[in-house]
Amino acid sequence: MSVELRLPTMLRPAVNGAPSLTMEGETIGEILTTLVTEYPGLSGQVLTDDGSLHRFVNVYLNDDDVRYLDKLETKVADGDVISILPAVAGGAS
Amino acid sequence: MEKSTLTLRRSHLAEMSAHCLQSLPLEGCGLLVGDMSTGQVVRVIPTKNVAMSAKLYSVDPLAHLRADRAAEEEGLAIIGVFHSHTHTDPYPSPTDVVQAPDPSWHYVLVSLRGELPSTRSYRIVSGAVQEESIDLVP
Repeated sequence: MSVELRLPTMLRPAVNGAPSLTMEGETIGEILTTLVTEYPGLSGQVLTDDGSLHRFVNVYLNDDDVRYLDKLETKVADGDVISILPAVAGGAS
Repeated sequence: MEKSTLTLRRSHLAEMSAHCLQSLPLEGCGLLVGDMSTGQVVRVIPTKNVAMSAKLYSVDPLAHLRADRAAEEEGLAIIGVFHSHTHTDPYPSPTDVVQAPDPSWHYVLVSLRGELPSTRSYRIVSGAVQEESIDLVP
């Protein structure tokens, strides 16, 4: 399957400034693993060392947060848009 | 770190303060949409604090996705985030610094500690915090 992967500004330096990439794969996990393999600068920013989704990013398949789908096992279809966005959090504590 | 400025309309400042006050006793939060190259805010997007906490905030992820897409369609970007400190000064906490997602963003703090809201803006790069000036325009 061919999908569009959209990247937030903080990750773009690691992919030569590209705002989005065309990626091939069957699942979200496969696509993200290919991403960090092709762009090692993203290692540890999208997936953790044990291969799970990093808690400081949210990943969407079209309009749905993949954590509420099948997480990294979520299947993709041709033309889907995958968006990675930073989890925006903090606070006084 | 380079000296920088965040440019806001007075109405943006009022909107952030109002949202933070309305969110009490929880921390209030939202996103800033604008021009990344100039630091000019075009609009403020108040969001739900999904952490539902008086000491933590977490911007509603779906609101973030929608805001990001809408901004991109207009040739704009998310250029920062604002949140309140309900009982402390408008200075980034260690939590704010550790979790600052993007070194190119502006981090606006609205303190509700005093009688009136007090707002400051910062850049946070690799754990280093630098206050920036806020240029208020009509």
